[in-house]
Amino acid sequence: MTDTVRLTVNGRALTVPAGATVAVALAIAGAACRTSVSGEPRAAFCAMGICFECRAIVDGGPHQRTCQIVCRDGMEVRTE
Amino acid sequence: MTRSFDIVVVGAGPAGIAAACAAAEQGRRVALLDDNPAPGGQIWRGPSTAHRDAVSRAKERWLHRLQQNPAITSLHGCRVFDVPGDGLLAAEQNGQRVDLRYSKVVLATGARELFLPFPGWTLPGVYGAGGLQAMVKAGLPVRDQRVVVAGSGPLLLAVAAYLRETGARVSAVCEQASWRSLLRFGASIAHTSRLWQAAGYRWRTRGTPFHAGCWPVAAHGGKTLESVTLSNGTRQWTVPCDLLACGFHLVPNTELASLLGCTLQQGFVTVDALQQTLIANVFCAGEPTGIGGLELSLAEGEVAGLAAAGAIRAAQARIPRRDRLRAFAAQLAVTFALRQELHSLSKADTIVCRCEDVTWRTVSQYTGWRAAKLQTRCGMGPCQGRICGSALNFLLEWSPDSVRPPIFPVSIASLAGPTASAPAELSAIQEN
Ligand SMILES: Cc1cc2nc3c(=O)[nH]c(=O)nc-3n(C[C@H](O)[C@H](O)[C@H](O)COP(=O)(O)OP(=O)(O)OC[C@H]3O[C@@H](n4cnc5c(N)ncnc54)[C@H](O)[C@@H]3O)c2cc1C
Ligand code: FES
Repeated sequence: MTDTVRLTVNGRALTVPAGATVAVALAIAGAACRTSVSGEPRAAFCAMGICFECRAIVDGGPHQRTCQIVCRDGMEVRTE
Repeated sequence: MTRSFDIVVVGAGPAGIAAACAAAEQGRRVALLDDNPAPGGQIWRGPSTAHRDAVSRAKERWLHRLQQNPAITSLHGCRVFDVPGDGLLAAEQNGQRVDLRYSKVVLATGARELFLPFPGWTLPGVYGAGGLQAMVKAGLPVRDQRVVVAGSGPLLLAVAAYLRETGARVSAVCEQASWRSLLRFGASIAHTSRLWQAAGYRWRTRGTPFHAGCWPVAAHGGKTLESVTLSNGTRQWTVPCDLLACGFHLVPNTELASLLGCTLQQGFVTVDALQQTLIANVFCAGEPTGIGGLELSLAEGEVAGLAAAGAIRAAQARIPRRDRLRAFAAQLAVTFALRQELHSLSKADTIVCRCEDVTWRTVSQYTGWRAAKLQTRCGMGPCQGRICGSALNFLLEWSPDSVRPPIFPVSIASLAGPTASAPAELSAIQEN
């Protein structure tokens, strides 16, 4: 098992430590997860699956709570 | 798919793990399910740090006991969202619906942090206190990042100690409770190991200023956090920082208990001496019955697991120890009671409902939760009011609305029934 994982965030390649959640990958990439109803950038907040601020598109699936998903090699993440 | 078990335990934190082990060791077939990718709940999340303390030793002991028991089926990334019938729970795992049939169920759904809205709290870089800790445990590097830890509760010092050990520069820990309450609390636990635990955290955060009677009033920044303004009631000052870890102690997760018809008192699930709720075959353990920390959650979990397995004598033998730990929970509630000044944290254009961007100006015109929901959509987003509802419960003393399924947004296919199977693309946020 390697100790890093490679994925893309909005099309840009990123390497993160194995076991990192997608919310962490987005934070490392400096990307907000989503834009709020009134246009504010939002990122992970509770980190325990409650607030839904960390929603993003993971491998085509919209509205995924990225703080509950562990990164896998080749994953494609897009912000919402 | 429907699977059947003697006992289903919802939540794999300390309380759920203890309940599952206790029941399985009595020969019952147990399912232990949790929303997270691995067991451990809030406190035993992620890999252990280099620092070996009582918490990490207990973690190793319990996870070992869990993993070596073949009578326990662990379901991870699995979230209960509905109660479709008697003795039946509906859950979603990997976008697929799984129904679980039980003879007895133990609810060990834990707690979440209480967040209070203040100007700037929606900026990226502002996290919950436990929230930032969870991000770091999940791989977020914080070396040389400037962090302020603020809010309330014993969690703050634990988080500050953890962040320091992972390389962050923690510039201040701010606890809203007064020195007077903290000293009284210290005196009340002076004869127990807990004082040593608290002293240990303080030693590990030595060099970081600890302010009692101090709370955050605003976070500032353009696209991300740049600084935070703190207040002690007479003076305000601003501290530059990259990250703010802020939570105002904990609120129990009681949605599933409510859906099952359990009685709540002052927000907590009512249980008898054997952790049984007022609903037949439904037990509850850990934070949903009262916020009391690790040891109480473990003790309640054991009693619930044994009682659910019918080992009443063994369960009764553990009651006195559990009751001693409950006295500590009562002390916690008094010590970290939120101060009056926090009622004015939200300003007119502060966003209260993060899902629907409803401001304090808008929401505070209404007299209750139901009207505000209907007129403003406050609490109608995907978090279903878990963040703003708890805040408004404190800020305006609004009592929560009745709980309706699904208690978490799930795919349309999962809502439809257990036989349907859905590709991930179909999943959509279902708004109630
Ligand atoms: C964010 C956070 C961080 C904390 N960090 C610390 C710390 O560092 N040190 C410390 O001493 N104490 C900490 N605490 C306090 C700690 O929670 C308690 O001491 C202890 O973990 C409580 O155990 P529990 O089993 O009752 O609940 P929890 O540990 O909260 O476990 C409950 C579990 O149930 C799951 N769950 C809830 N609802 C469902 C559902 N419908 N379907 C499936 N799964 C569900 C949750 O995801 C969770 O994993 C923290 C609390 C929080 C909220
Ligand atoms: S950060 Fe709150 S749900 Fe993911």
